Amino acid sequence: MSGVLVVMDQRGGVMNRMSFEALAAGKQLAAKLGAECSAAVLGESGGGGGVGNAALARMYSVEHALLKVYTADGYVGALEQLVKKVEPTHVLFPHTYQVRDFAPALATRFKQVLISDVIAVHDGPVFVRQLLQGKLNADYRQTGSGPCFVSVQAGSFRAEAESGEAAVEVFVPAIDAAQIRNKPGELFRESTQTVDLSAAPVIVSVGRGIGEESNIGIVQELADALGAELAASRPICDNGWLPMERQVGSSGQTVSPKLYLAVGISGAIQHLVGMKGSKAVIAINKDEHAPIFEVADYGVVGDLFEVVPALTKAVLAAKQ
Amino acid sequence: MKILVAVKQVPERDAQIRVTADGKWIDEGDLSYTINEPDAYALEEALQLKEKNGGEVVVVCAGPERVTSTLREALAKGADRAIHIEADDLGERDTLGVAQILADAVKAEAPDLILTGLQSDDLGLGQTGVVMAELLGIPHATIIMQVEVVGAGLKVKRELEDGWFQHVEMPLPALLTIQSGGNKLRYATLMGIKKAKTKETKTVTAAAASGAKAIALERVYLPEKQKKTEMLTGTATEIAAKLVEKLKFEVRVI
Ligand SMILES: Cc1cc2nc3c(=O)[nH]c(=O)nc-3n(C[C@H](O)[C@H](O)[C@H](O)COP(=O)(O)OP(=O)(O)OC[C@H]3O[C@@H](n4cnc5c(N)ncnc54)[C@H](O)[C@@H]3O)c2cc1C
Ligand SMILES: Nc1ncnc2c1ncn2[C@@H]1O[C@H](COP(=O)(O)O)[C@@H](O)[C@H]1O
Repeated sequence: MSGVLVVMDQRGGVMNRMSFEALAAGKQLAAKLGAECSAAVLGESGGGGGVGNAALARMYSVEHALLKVYTADGYVGALEQLVKKVEPTHVLFPHTYQVRDFAPALATRFKQVLISDVIAVHDGPVFVRQLLQGKLNADYRQTGSGPCFVSVQAGSFRAEAESGEAAVEVFVPAIDAAQIRNKPGELFRESTQTVDLSAAPVIVSVGRGIGEESNIGIVQELADALGAELAASRPICDNGWLPMERQVGSSGQTVSPKLYLAVGISGAIQHLVGMKGSKAVIAINKDEHAPIFEVADYGVVGDLFEVVPALTKAVLAAKQ
Repeated sequence: MKILVAVKQVPERDAQIRVTADGKWIDEGDLSYTINEPDAYALEEALQLKEKNGGEVVVVCAGPERVTSTLREALAKGADRAIHIEADDLGERDTLGVAQILADAVKAEAPDLILTGLQSDDLGLGQTGVVMAELLGIPHATIIMQVEVVGAGLKVKRELEDGWFQHVEMPLPALLTIQSGGNKLRYATLMGIKKAKTKETKTVTAAAASGAKAIALERVYLPEKQKKTEMLTGTATEIAAKLVEKLKFEVRVI
């Protein structure tokens, strides 16, 4: 067993950009281990082309008609065979929704446990992941003897422009249509969105700290005073307090306004990935340890029910 | 249709978290606990499926004595039976170990459908359901928003990134991991709470952990601050005045 294998994530021939972050993580880990780094892409044919010029030991193009559309059974079957052939010490993935769907089952085939959603790799190797929605970090180490499976959180490693040429090796796994139990349909979006948060220059966003639906008015007033769009974290939309189309995050909209003002939002990673690109972030939260402060330029530790109305008043006064 | 829902008990969201002196886990002394949020949505989906198609809803939770309060709450909301897998040593088991004791309990029940939450609020692994499905040799689908019984199988709506969705058809028995927001959660009624007292909670003891763990948690700690955040302090009025200065001269939005 040797080397690091990075499994890239693509859908319909489009490489998920998190794949390149996983590749960066894989190279970093390989350098620590003094080992080679290879990558794999799964698809119907010619999957190896999508990576561009990457300095890799080898690029495995895992090709089969049954890998044209994603199914967990197809992917687990194909990757089980590839891992057995390549025998890497570590297998890395980007922590995408697709990877979440199959990587735990793949690790189980090898009697291993996926170390999921890793944010850093230290010497050892020690893998760092978050607990309690980002309130704590934890160091994990593999104690099993099979390949070590790791998925990498969005935005934790910087994807680099690289030069170099990887030798492409085609690998055709043996998969049988009868093994594939799920029938996936076409991708679709819900009815067209009427709010385009991605174009809004100023966004005021409300989270569960607001407590009740009837309190949302105070945040709306602040948004109005600033001429801002109102957005929300997932629980607010789950509760039906604001429509889904105002949700920011990995399953909602991705925004990059001049100002993102987060009110009573803890800053879970799935929210942060949707707003990290904002030019300036202000966070109001009563918990000084809330992870949202990690991405905020200006922070207020305090009760939103006092700070927000005071701010609305001050903004209106300043605008007169 | 017999539906089994795996629910986990986790610390309340607003709990003040302290790391234990040995740095291995959090101080559980004065924590209060609640049902893991996506698991509440999994239970809701199960109850609605039962209302539409008939059958039985069984809730299962592995953990120490305290988790029975979460099972009682699920019974009060309408689950028919509960299974408490008594285990004081979950910290000593990795995902495979926990999924194994859950799978053992499931096998004895032989349900048509197993629902879990997509992720736990404390460990955030997002895998226990998928690992269970693999151990049980049944198909699975993750991050599910809607479930429909179609013929002898299911049609489910999977959430994908950036507002995309996908329908997937699959045979039964199957396992689904449920995302929040697919349904509106119900509250337990007084009647429900009364009825829960007459419902069965079976306690089974978790088999001793078999074999060594594949991964180990070595240390937990507060994340180090990476970014310099300028903290604004004072009374609410003072903070508001400082923020307006920033909005005018630094951020330039007013
Ligand atoms: C696959 C997946 C996809 C997801 N997609 C998304 C997504 O697209 N978008 C999203 O937002 N989430 C998403 N989530 C959910 C995410 O993990 C978090 O659960 C969610 O973002 C938490 O929302 P919140 O910060 O509003 O609530 P909480 O985490 O409950 O935080 C509430 C905050 O309010 C503060 N607070 C409470 N009272 C007050 C007060 N009086 N004054 C000031 N502050 C107060 C608290 O200190 C706390 O920090 C997803 C999760 C998964 C697993
Ligand atoms: N101890 C447990 N008892 C019952 N269900 C659990 C337990 N641990 C995890 N689960 C289930 O597995 C899901 C995913 O958990 P995790 O893999 O920890 O993110 C949870 O939402 C629960 O449905």
